[in-house]
Amino acid sequence: MSARQFKVVGTRPSRPDGADKVTGRARFGADWNMPGQLVGRVLRSPHAHAVIESIDASKAAALPGVKAVVTSADFVEQENRIVPAGEMQVNLRDVTRNVMAREKALYHGHAVAAVAATTDAIAREALGLVEVRYRVLPHVVDVEDAMKPGAPILHDHLRTDGVEPRPTEPSNVAKRIDFAKGDAAKGFAVAEVVVERRFRTAPVHQGYIEPHACLASAAEDGQVQLWTTTQGHFQVRGFCSRLLGLETSQIRVMAAEIGGGFGGKTVVYLEPVAVRLSQKAGRPVKMVMTREEVFRASGPTSGSSMRVKLGATRDGRIVAADATFALQAGAFPGSPVGPASMCSFACYDIDNVKVEGFDVVSNRPKVAAYRAPGAPISAWAVESTIDILAQELGMDPIDLRLRNAAKEGTKTHYGPTFNRIGLVEALEAAKASEHYRSPPRPGTARGVAAGFWFNVGADSSAAAHVGEDGTVTVISGNPDIGGSRAALAMMAAEELGIPYDKVRPIIADTASIGFNFVTGGSRVTFANGLAIINSVREVIAECRRRAAKLWEVEPDAVVWENGEAKPASTNVGTFEPLSLAKLAGMAGKMGGPINGHSQINAQGAGPGFGVHVVDVEVDRDTGIVTILRYTSVQDVGTAIHPSYVEGQMQGGAVQGVGWALNEEYIYDRNGKLENAGFLDYRMPVASDLPMIETIMVEVPNPTHPYGVRGVGEVPIVPPMAAIGSAIARCTGVRMTNLPMSPPRLSAALDAAAPRLAAE
Amino acid sequence: MSRVHVSAVVNGEPVEFLCDPTQTLLDVLRDQLGLTGSKEGCGSGDCGACSVTIDGRLACACLALGAEMEGCSIGTIEGLAQGDQLHPLQKKFVEAAALQCGVCTPGFLVASKALLDRNPDPTETEIRYWLAGNLCRCTGYDKIVRAVMEVAAEMKETAR
Repeated sequence: MSARQFKVVGTRPSRPDGADKVTGRARFGADWNMPGQLVGRVLRSPHAHAVIESIDASKAAALPGVKAVVTSADFVEQENRIVPAGEMQVNLRDVTRNVMAREKALYHGHAVAAVAATTDAIAREALGLVEVRYRVLPHVVDVEDAMKPGAPILHDHLRTDGVEPRPTEPSNVAKRIDFAKGDAAKGFAVAEVVVERRFRTAPVHQGYIEPHACLASAAEDGQVQLWTTTQGHFQVRGFCSRLLGLETSQIRVMAAEIGGGFGGKTVVYLEPVAVRLSQKAGRPVKMVMTREEVFRASGPTSGSSMRVKLGATRDGRIVAADATFALQAGAFPGSPVGPASMCSFACYDIDNVKVEGFDVVSNRPKVAAYRAPGAPISAWAVESTIDILAQELGMDPIDLRLRNAAKEGTKTHYGPTFNRIGLVEALEAAKASEHYRSPPRPGTARGVAAGFWFNVGADSSAAAHVGEDGTVTVISGNPDIGGSRAALAMMAAEELGIPYDKVRPIIADTASIGFNFVTGGSRVTFANGLAIINSVREVIAECRRRAAKLWEVEPDAVVWENGEAKPASTNVGTFEPLSLAKLAGMAGKMGGPINGHSQINAQGAGPGFGVHVVDVEVDRDTGIVTILRYTSVQDVGTAIHPSYVEGQMQGGAVQGVGWALNEEYIYDRNGKLENAGFLDYRMPVASDLPMIETIMVEVPNPTHPYGVRGVGEVPIVPPMAAIGSAIARCTGVRMTNLPMSPPRLSAALDAAAPRLAAE
Repeated sequence: MSRVHVSAVVNGEPVEFLCDPTQTLLDVLRDQLGLTGSKEGCGSGDCGACSVTIDGRLACACLALGAEMEGCSIGTIEGLAQGDQLHPLQKKFVEAAALQCGVCTPGFLVASKALLDRNPDPTETEIRYWLAGNLCRCTGYDKIVRAVMEVAAEMKETAR
């Protein structure tokens, strides 16, 4: 693709929803109310693992002010079948059980019943009157423990998939997968340097600031309206229709403004419950999770146990790679072990690769997608090992990566061959950066890591409506989680050749635009962008037809330039250009309204690569790590709105800082979560951080008309290994388990003190 | 439980409300006064999404009781813009992309204004520590801190 000159793309206009979001006017999930609404509350299991022997809700139901009570009996049983949802594969049998426990409570916080009452106080009192008889079972929260023979079994029907012959005994290992390229054993045989390490990561929460919230209103005729904070209101519709036995056309879902999701709002928790309560009560029901409920019951991403082995020649050619990734899925199968395994070595062109992965259930909340699900986990292990290899070879860590970097034509270990990608360009930009060229100051050290994410396209519907004055509304169906309205309006304006402020983007509800896959996979600017561009192209084609008709020439003799229909050449004749406003003004006489629409399954999402460089200082007494300088480099394809692209690169990096240095779930010996709040689950705050420098490398995606690649997920992939490597280079101690929190790092430094003193 | 009658001032307007003795200021603002700009992110004073001012002092509305507000003057995000004019901080947050999802934004704006009211010329470190009580999970804080620094610089320039 030749470097295209853009007028709107690449500029930094104010976002269309800006005024609403800085004035408090924007309505998020908990900001919707209806007359007569009830308050819904969920009763949650106090046990990590228990058989539910009986539930008696009669006293709760009899409490004045209680209008409905639901348990699992109010939800249709689902067959044991995998269907795609968000970026994850889900089993509806498990989804309905995660929404409301059936035979067993599988984690501390698992929903077992819900009530709707006239006030919050009555709803809470009613929860206390629901009598649940539990038979407490032994539990397991750790991924390695869950895999051991004799571990408490969560699901008696579960047999490990992907193992031949099929096991006859139940297991917590839901699935085994593998990927291979070349012959790893042969590769290691010719390797001159081999490094192998084991790594672990802790489950971490997406940490969106807005708790899950929804408002459901079911009418007597079976129609349901639902306002909710979600990354995909079409998915909410789909889940609710299946779990409640409704037709999709009976449910209309309005996506509220969403206060962060990062993958965690691609699934349902409250929505089916609120709808069911509303159906039973005959009144609207509003449900909002507390922060404690968010931590106890909504999806974090997996914790993991991993092993990585790399073999290289002395001159830095990686000739073999072998890894095992065991990812904890929470209470039901479905960890992102697939993407973790696929992303693991995707940055490198290695002839011989062997990867084995395990999906493991344990008594924790079911994991949900979290920004590049799985990729940051395997990258922690692989990129740390690459850094160890660089140290063993005495090579610069960027040079080692450049020596082995995947490029156009590289066949990945999981199958596909890369089209045009920008890892080499990103590595070179990192190496040439002012940051990398300035040596870290004495007593501090630097770490580097790379990261990969596929990016996705998928189903998208969009429309463009031309108003009678020639301004345009573009309609799409993906919640705007970080500025996508701006990017979509910019692409529409670019294509139409009209100013950005003449385009208004709208996010329509499930009844007002065709199906859209979730806001996830870094897909919205890419895939919705394509659908919007297609819609606008229909508008342009219609405008050209109308101009041709007026001028009595062939449509091919009319071109569209700078928002106007013009004769293609002087041979066509001399005609005054017809602007969109002029054509819109005469629409009634020329065939009616001018609209365009598009529905696509977007293919060709360009893979994304990033390289992060971080300088740290370590307080050896306390184990506190200070991030001194941070640079996030990424191939972003084409940055439609560079400020929001930078924002993704900065925000992902900082989520990674939290993952690296602090965030983890702390369970007591009974499997109860002890740190279900922001004070004890410590996410990064402003005073923890420096500015996050960004370098956008633009290698356009050849399959998108503007070169767009997804950008949102890649930036969370490299940070943990970059920080771990900086700590290793600073202290001489290589941390292999996350988080590298002050007590853990301090203990590791103390343990290593005799060795370090001897060296 | 008998309800408490409270007279207060919110964003310069006198208001009266009846609240339960256990009801937080945040619930009063959101559920009784219809001011849903202040958000509940945690309910425990850890995230700052409900930042308001009470008699000019920055506070988490989730940690104050509605019943305590008798005679108090409360400032919320809804009172930041003057007429049809956004406050310079609001304008700058939009221009500088200092928000992504926007749910923490009201809290950051109220907190940032409270900072600049008290210290019109803060250093980057002072801004970072002042805003350490406001969680943002989207931006990594970079563009928020820069926005506040730029507004401080511009306000200083205007004052000159």
